[in-house]
Formats: sequence, C-alpha cells, structure tokens
Amino acid sequence: MTIEKITIDCTVNHTAHSIRAYPMARLLDVLREGLRLTGMKEGCGEGECGACSVLLNGELVNSCLVPVAQVSGANITTIEGIAAGDQLHAVQQSFLTHGGAQCGICTPGMVLAAISLLERNPNPTEADVRTGLAGNLCRCTGYMKIFAAVVEACQK
Amino acid sequence: MSTNQTQIVGQSIQRKEGRDKVTGAMRYVDDLLFPEMWFGATVRSPIARGRIRSIEFTGNLPWHEFTIVTAKDISGQNCTALILDDQPCLADKFVNHAEEPVVLLAHPDKYLLEEARRAVKIDIEPLPALFTMDDALNQTEIIWGDDNVFKTFLVEKGNVDDVWASADFIVEGEYETGAQEQLYIEPNGMIAMANADDGVTVWGSLQCPYYVHKALLKLFGLPPDKVRVIQAATGGGFGGKEEYPSMIAGHAALLAWKAGKPVKLIYDRAEDMAATTKRHPSRTRHRTAVNKDGKLLAMDIEFVIDGGAYATLSSVVLSRGTIHAAGPYACDNVRVRSKAVATNHPPHGAFRGFGAPQSIFALERHLNKVAATVGLRPEELRRRNFLHEGQTTATGQVIREKLDLDGLLTRALELSDYHAKKERFAEHNATNATQKKGIGFATFLHGAGFTGSGERFLESVVGIEATATGNVCILVASTEIGQGTNTILSQIAAEALRLDYEMIELAQPDTANVPNSGPTVASRTCMIVGKLVESAALGLKQTLVQSGLLTDDYSLDEWRQACAIYIAEHGALKSFSKYEAPPNIFWNDETYQGDAYGAYAWAVYVAEVTVNLVTYETRVDDFVALQEVGKVINPVLAAGQIEGGVAQAIGYALYENVVWDNGTMRNNQMTNYIMPTSEDLPPIRVFFEENPYTYGPSGAKGIGELPMDGPAPAILNAIESAIGVRVNCIPLLPETLMKVMNA
Repeated sequence: MTIEKITIDCTVNHTAHSIRAYPMARLLDVLREGLRLTGMKEGCGEGECGACSVLLNGELVNSCLVPVAQVSGANITTIEGIAAGDQLHAVQQSFLTHGGAQCGICTPGMVLAAISLLERNPNPTEADVRTGLAGNLCRCTGYMKIFAAVVEACQK
Repeated sequence: MSTNQTQIVGQSIQRKEGRDKVTGAMRYVDDLLFPEMWFGATVRSPIARGRIRSIEFTGNLPWHEFTIVTAKDISGQNCTALILDDQPCLADKFVNHAEEPVVLLAHPDKYLLEEARRAVKIDIEPLPALFTMDDALNQTEIIWGDDNVFKTFLVEKGNVDDVWASADFIVEGEYETGAQEQLYIEPNGMIAMANADDGVTVWGSLQCPYYVHKALLKLFGLPPDKVRVIQAATGGGFGGKEEYPSMIAGHAALLAWKAGKPVKLIYDRAEDMAATTKRHPSRTRHRTAVNKDGKLLAMDIEFVIDGGAYATLSSVVLSRGTIHAAGPYACDNVRVRSKAVATNHPPHGAFRGFGAPQSIFALERHLNKVAATVGLRPEELRRRNFLHEGQTTATGQVIREKLDLDGLLTRALELSDYHAKKERFAEHNATNATQKKGIGFATFLHGAGFTGSGERFLESVVGIEATATGNVCILVASTEIGQGTNTILSQIAAEALRLDYEMIELAQPDTANVPNSGPTVASRTCMIVGKLVESAALGLKQTLVQSGLLTDDYSLDEWRQACAIYIAEHGALKSFSKYEAPPNIFWNDETYQGDAYGAYAWAVYVAEVTVNLVTYETRVDDFVALQEVGKVINPVLAAGQIEGGVAQAIGYALYENVVWDNGTMRNNQMTNYIMPTSEDLPPIRVFFEENPYTYGPSGAKGIGELPMDGPAPAILNAIESAIGVRVNCIPLLPETLMKVMNA
C-alpha cells in the first residue's frame, strides 16, 4: 500500500499555509524543510531536549514528536514569529542582556519555553521557572543565566 | 566624535552574534541548503574487533542510484590525520571498535538512504577484544603497537623512594572516573563539495578548522590551496568537535567527490553518542607520605587512561592529566607515572579539562583521606601544603606570580558559610535518619594554553584588517562555539585601538581567508589568541602612526580618516601577529620538567549536598565557585563559562553514566544518558578574584576548562562528610551508593 501525501491547512507565524506532506511526517521536518523555518533544531529526535520546541495553539510542544496530520487547522508559532520586526520580544532581549544564550542551539526552544511559561504564569517563582524550563536542555549555560533572563523578563 | 575613552574590557557587553541566536536566524550546518544536494550516511561495524570478510548490499533497493564509498575509493592516505596517522578514515580489512566507519552511502532521498544504510550487511569474523585498562596492561591480547600503550610519561621531582621509611603516615588510595559524553545539543555534521578542478570544500560544525584542513590534505593527497574548511555556526563543542569533525569531513568529501554533488552528512543523536569521542575513563592510584604535622613528604601517583582503539589525542590528554595530578601543592618528592592504553572502545577524545578533571578528582579525594589519617581538617591539611610564590610544582615550574591560595580558600569557605554549615549539618544528621547533609570542597589549578612546548610548535598567527570606513575585522581560525570568542576578541581589539565595540567584527573562520591561530581548545582562545589580537591591533595602529596619518591620541573620526587615506594609497591595511613565548618559559620534552603552562587559573569550589538514604539519590543544594583567572574580560560571559562547566561537572559526578556492552554504548540516547536539567542544579554562585597576568590580553588568563575540574571531588567530599562513607568512583549513581552502603 502506498501512502499518499495529504494537504494540511494551518497558520504558521500568523500566515496561512497549505502544506502537502505525508501524514506522519514530523512537524519539525515540514517546518524546517518545507517552510525553511530553521530556527527550531533537531537535538535528539525523541522529545527529550526541546530544541525543536514550537507553540501549537499556544501550547509548547516538541515538533519532532508531532505528526503533521495533527496540525490541521492549528495555529503554530515558531521562534521566527516571536520578534515584531526589529523589535525583540522582552524574553529575547532579556536573554541577550543576561547571557542566556551561549552556543545558541537550544535558545529558540528555550525562548519559546520561557514565553509559554510567562503566559501561563506571569509571576513565576524560581521553582516555577525551573519546572517550566525542565523540558528544554542546555549544555552551555548551567541554566543560571537563563533563570536570570526569565526573572527579568517577567518584571517587564 | 571624540576619542573613545570608555573601558571595554571588563564590561559585560552583549554577545556579538547574540541577536541571531535569540531570533533563530543563526545558520548551523543542518540549516544550510545547496542546490542538488545529496545526503550521506555511514555504515559502521556492529562489533568491537574483527576481520572484514565481505560487504553485501541486500534488499530490494535501487543500489545503482546510490554513491557507495569504501576504503578503496580513497585517493590519498586512508587515515584521519592528527598526531599519529593510525586511525583509518574507513576501516579496510579490520575493525578495531564498534561503530567504526566501513562504508559510506549518498542519495538525494534521505529516507531511502536510511533504509539503505540498514540494508548494508558487513560480515565480520570476530577477534578477541579488550575492554578494560587492566586487560590492556596485562596484554591479554595485543591490539595496538607492541604493548597496547599509546603513551607513557614520567614526572619526577626529588626521590619519593627515599621518603617512605621516615614518614609518619603512608596513605594509599585508588580512584576511578567514567567516560562522559560531551552532549553538545547540536549533533555533529558536515557538508562537502569536492571535485578534481576545485578541490575539496567543507562547511561544518567544528572547533578547529586547520585540524580538518590537515586531515583532508592527507586523505585526498591535495595541495593546501585545494582544500578549504569553513566553520558554520556551531552548537556547542566542549572538545567533542575538536578531532572527530576531521573524520566526518573526510566522509562527506569522499562522497561528494564520487557523487559529483554536494553531500550533507549529519549525525542523529544516537549515532553521535555511540560513535564519536567521550572523556577518557581513568584510574589513579596514590601513595602519599606525610608527617604528623600534615606536611606532604612524597606523592607517588599512577595515572592510567583508556584511550580506546586509536591513538587520536590520548597522548596529550594524558600529558595534561599527568601534569595536573599533583595539584596546587608544594611537595619536594613527587613521582607521576602515567599511561594511555588501547582498548577496543571507540577512541576517547578531547573533552573540556582534557585529563585534568580525572587526575584532580583523584587527588582532591585522596587529600581528604590523608587529612583524616593525620587527624587534620581537610582545609588545614591543604593550608599546610599550598604552593606559594617562589616554590615549584611537580614539574619544577617556579611560581612567579603573586599566589594566595590560603586567602582564596578562606574566602570560599566564608562565601559558602562552610564552618557554620558543617556544625549545623552534624546536628541535623544526628537526628535525621534518612536525609544526610554534607559540605565539601576542592582546591585546584588549571593551566591555560597548550602544554609544554605546544604553543611554540603551533606558532599561531592572528590577522586584523581595517576597512576604509575604519571598521576592523579580526582574522582568526579560533571558533565561536558558545564560549564567547567573537565577543571577547572584539572587546580586546576595541580596547587596544580605543574604538567602539560595534566597529569590530570577526571574519568567518575559513581556511581560505584566515590565518592559523591554532585550534579552539585548551583554554587558549582568550589568553593566547586574545594576546595576539591585542598585538595585531596595536600593529595596525602603529602602521598608521608611522605613516604619519595618526597621532597617538586620536578621535574616532581621525581613525576613520587615517584608515581611508591609508587604504586609498596602499590598497589594504592589515597587521599580523605571531606567537612568541614569554621570556623565562622553558620546557624540556625529554625530562618532562619545566614551565608546563604560561599561566594557571586557581580555584576553590565548595559543594553542599543532601544524600537521601531511602532512594540513595544525592542532591547538590548549593555551589560556590571562587577562582582567580587574571583579568575578567567580560563578567557575564565569564560567569556563564563557569556556571556551564560546573553544571557539566555535576553531571560528571552524579548522573552521566556511559553503559558499555562489549565496547558498544547501550544508552546512546538523551532518554537514558542523563544530563542535568534546570530542576537538577543548585544555585551556582560564581566569584572571581583578579590578578592580572603579564602576558595575557589586559591581564587575562584562560578559564574555559577550569570549572570542569573541581565539582566532582568537591561533591564526593561533601557526600563523605554527609554519610561518613568513602566512595572513590564517579559517576556516583544511586545504585552504586546503595551497593556500597549495603556491602
């Protein structure tokens, strides 16, 4: 039996898209290869590292674990949709100021995780921040500067 | 516009490429696309050692569409050139470790390619393999050279054998450390274009462009100008992208040459973890003579590391580990005997610290045992033996800098509230049966730059070029891998030239365009390369001054104007600077005596832990990292280096366990190889003391590797203080602790 490509209509970074893809194609590949949104990265391919995080209808998900068939009609935000033109989001600016990004490979996912956390909980405690970011691995920073960045961003 | 008087060095200026990193605009190798690009895959040995009998291409696949490369396709020398050229680029008749590359495939469809990779059957007649350092030393099989030994060192100061008879105490101990995966979040990857006309060009995730360049020259037998290596943005390295990228670049280039297409070869996580290098496992034996006052009389140290199947960097990892084995202590009689041995594990390689975390773990655990034997507190034993100005290290290096380890220790113990906590924890532990609290520390040093004569041999060169607008471009092969190369080198150049930080940029590391400033390793980028950037920048200014276009005191406008005129007249304004060893630095490679490093960073780290005696888990509750690193160029970046290194070392101590099964890593996934998450780490509190180093840029020394050295022994010392049980191996997993405590 041959599996046919299907058409999926969804919104990515406020733009409507009609995507042709195999139903079980990973959202990660469809966005990176099909739409050339390469800000999200494949760090592990099994939902552990969070480098491929995107917001799916406002929820933080690992795009490596999402079959594209599931995003029909969905609203997707990637890191490329966070800054308003040249104007960085407060979390992005805060990551810059506090040294929250080092090699940068986890940064897009980490920024989205922080934004998602602050949307759910505008005044997180440090424990909340630690839990909120626990699905996103960073090997460079030891997370301390990321915590500082999130704390400052939520004060804005 | 007036002369820029603001100090730039010492400021927490924002990361040069930070904006592209927080917006996702940064392009890493897997983000690059080339027209008509194919994908590559590597078929590897399923077993650790054997003779290749046949290679079969099975299944119902259109094999004629694939580019297939084996050792026979190599036009130059079949090796991944490094120190020795013993590691093949593709195994030919024999395999010597599991996951050794044997066949390469390329195809435009990466999904079909993966099916094909699984359909290649390599038939191998197994040969007996070695998996332990003891088996290697006992020569149960000979798998490398005459004796399974890659390298041996002997460091000798005084004569330890004269001391044993007169010592009040002789204290012995054995200490072991495991393999550790670098676990950069971006897996390894390369893209190559290659053909007879243009030669070979690769783009990749890498630390050392000229290492890759050297390896490709040998593999293809091409002249230097026919090989070009370009660094793409690199998502973490930690040593893991020091030598192995040469192998991947070779593979991608072989495929591209044969396919006549650009080939992208990206490892997935499982392949990266199973096949690429890890930190060398080690075993250290200490025999120490000490008198009743706690004075170290003799230190006899045997240090062995498992190098895996090929020599790769083991000799230099061993060298650094050997030199750091006696720590920051003054002892008249020291003997360090060390060996790097061959096993049939995948080659172990560079990883932040480079041998020092292993030997320092052993020493800092052992000194607590020595202190207990003598009846002194661990801090007191160290105070009685610290190195001071004018005294010598194990290699006879005279300490010429102002050094106050006593003061550093006192401050670290104060910052961590060590003494008060020690008392409180004793009370707590007396009444709490399941939650035991402890606090411990380690004192240590880390040499910056290549060991011994290394920097003299490297002869690094740095360039700097001004444009007609007065902006300045730094030309180095030193790579940004997250540690802040772009930012700190820009700060150093801006400071030297009194220009705005924004006027400085770095050329992309590209062997066709930048000189060889050496590899991005060994905590050398700031101290060694940074100093060369400073000299080259001053050379640039000097050129303008000598041309009469600039006076010593100038405004930004005068600078811009001078550059414009000079370039209009001469075409280009460039300055180069080449490494020269500081005076009074001498090293004897024969005796392994002398000035092992130009400068050391010095540190005291304190860990506070809770050990849960129900689950046997250890949690680090607080961590103080105090270090003297010369001048701090950028406080936020420097603290970020320390925090990240401490986090990695907490993983090394407590979580990160490579499970070996006949030479194959079985837990090659992030699901079951556990690195610290944001919920696992204590507050990491970082403090610096500054004692400017004469030959570093603005007085800076190296810091990148230092934080990897101290946490593991500090944590295990804290665990001992919590539960009164001595454990001397890492990683210390709950199951290990349970076994020890129930034994």
